[in-house]
Amino acid sequence: MSFDFSTTLGGAWFPAPLFTASGCASSGKELAQFFPLREIGAVVTKSIMLKARAGRPTPRMAETPSGMLNSIGLQGPGIDAFLADDVPWLAAQGARIVVSIAGETAEEYGVLARKLRGVSGISAVEVNISCPNVENRGLVFACDPNSATEVVKNVRGIIGGDLPILAKLTPDVTNIASIASAVINAGADGIAMINTVLGMVINTDTMRPHLGGKTGGLSGPAIRPIAVRAIYQVRQAIPGVSILGMGGVASGKDAFEMILAGASGVSVGTASFGDPSAVYHIQNELREILIAKGFTSVKEAVGYAHREQS
Amino acid sequence: MKLPINKSATQLRATILSNRRVGVYHQIVLEVGELVKNIKPGNFIAISVGGETSKMVLRRAFAISRVNDRGTIELIISPQGSGSKWLCSQLEGATVDVITPLGTAFGIPTEPVTALLVGGGYGSAPLFGLAEVLKSRGCRVIMALGASTAAKIYAPLEGKRAATLLKIFTEDGSAGEAGRVTDSLADLIAEHDVRVMYSCGPMPMLEALSNIAVQSDIAHQCAVEESMACGVGICMTCVMPVKTEDGEVKNLRSCIDGPVMDGENVQWHLVGEQL
Repeated sequence: MSFDFSTTLGGAWFPAPLFTASGCASSGKELAQFFPLREIGAVVTKSIMLKARAGRPTPRMAETPSGMLNSIGLQGPGIDAFLADDVPWLAAQGARIVVSIAGETAEEYGVLARKLRGVSGISAVEVNISCPNVENRGLVFACDPNSATEVVKNVRGIIGGDLPILAKLTPDVTNIASIASAVINAGADGIAMINTVLGMVINTDTMRPHLGGKTGGLSGPAIRPIAVRAIYQVRQAIPGVSILGMGGVASGKDAFEMILAGASGVSVGTASFGDPSAVYHIQNELREILIAKGFTSVKEAVGYAHREQS
Repeated sequence: MKLPINKSATQLRATILSNRRVGVYHQIVLEVGELVKNIKPGNFIAISVGGETSKMVLRRAFAISRVNDRGTIELIISPQGSGSKWLCSQLEGATVDVITPLGTAFGIPTEPVTALLVGGGYGSAPLFGLAEVLKSRGCRVIMALGASTAAKIYAPLEGKRAATLLKIFTEDGSAGEAGRVTDSLADLIAEHDVRVMYSCGPMPMLEALSNIAVQSDIAHQCAVEESMACGVGICMTCVMPVKTEDGEVKNLRSCIDGPVMDGENVQWHLVGEQL
């Protein structure tokens, strides 16, 4: 019996359902040493900003039980250098590319979108409106349906129908389904979730916050149940919505859980820090699990946990 | 088109051939086979810790102390954190998931000059492999090792043979001369006509050495140690402020652009500051 491992997200087709997670694969070059990038669904790049950015001061990391806190602060080369160097390199590897963008203002997202328009080799755009490592929590657009709507409308207005847009959401809100509905109504083709969860570690030797940025984003298996819950809620609120699920996936079974909750694709982030070939291994494990459970395609399993009691 | 990053790095399961206590440290010998050919002094190894059900999700980076042609490498580990404690508790014959070689290597002088190798605590470990290479190239090797107390000096017998002169400093005076390793280095550099300094150890020591190297007008290559989540360049946590070729100060990854860096270019006063 043939098995269809392909998936679609917001209209974009991918030959396999496992992706890197933005900010956890740099721009792909570093992982290419460990597995062929074209073998996974897509490389989701780090979130690119308009200008080069130094990021937050060190220490930027603290390991926590089954997870870690990071406060990188979107260090990166800026969109122009990124489009000149990284995108052509990824395309030459035969990798599908999802470009993640982050702006400081709603207008800046529009400027970034304009830069992406017409660039060949990009499968979709992830609009990161939920990075927790910014100076002002008020700037986390995804905490407010109106701000989130404004950003997505700006990007949609400029991208037009050329590229699918995935809005990246934070679980640090009271009702994630209402934010998801807002961005879908504003023109997003799908949801990427979850971003890291805001947290803090205090160093008990110095008796001060450990991270240079004081607060950081919690990732890793510790947050997986939060991600599964968020995906399940959004799928329930918006039947048929495209979801790229992420948050602590470290095995094929974890990826399967997200698909059952309603994700059409699954990103692997922190697990790649522990094992740079994690995305590739997890994808192979997922295929075996889906086949063993009797599914003939990924699509058949998406949202399967929502089926009615028989 | 740029080459892939870490092009010699390989992920494999390595067998622990031996694990023994040396002072307050553990010396662990790993079997990595043919890979030893690609490992140069200064390169490091990233090891997965804790086993399958561990709550520790991040790989640990360790300096490689020495490489043996028979396919083994030696690590000197201070069992301080939960990951290094786990590794030091592993029995001989156990296997661990490793990635190596990673990062930059110490540059070897093209002429047989006098080199000064300065190590702080277990930071001396990678200097012994370097000393052997320098000696084989005809360089004179002077080693200066420092620590707070005698038990924290790592100076194995076989390593000492590579050094023409070995000086030991402890802050409490329990071994060698009392004081810090940096105290009398400027005189040592002048007296022996040292042309290049190599160092590895805590950041305040590396900063002091960088100043001495500038004042003495000699080259200084230091191996930095900033905490890493991945070791392979994807997490962006291990950055150091470094002056680059274009004169700008940038946050460079100590796993990709380091651990060996030109001490003069590292902006020590900006470590932990917002750029």
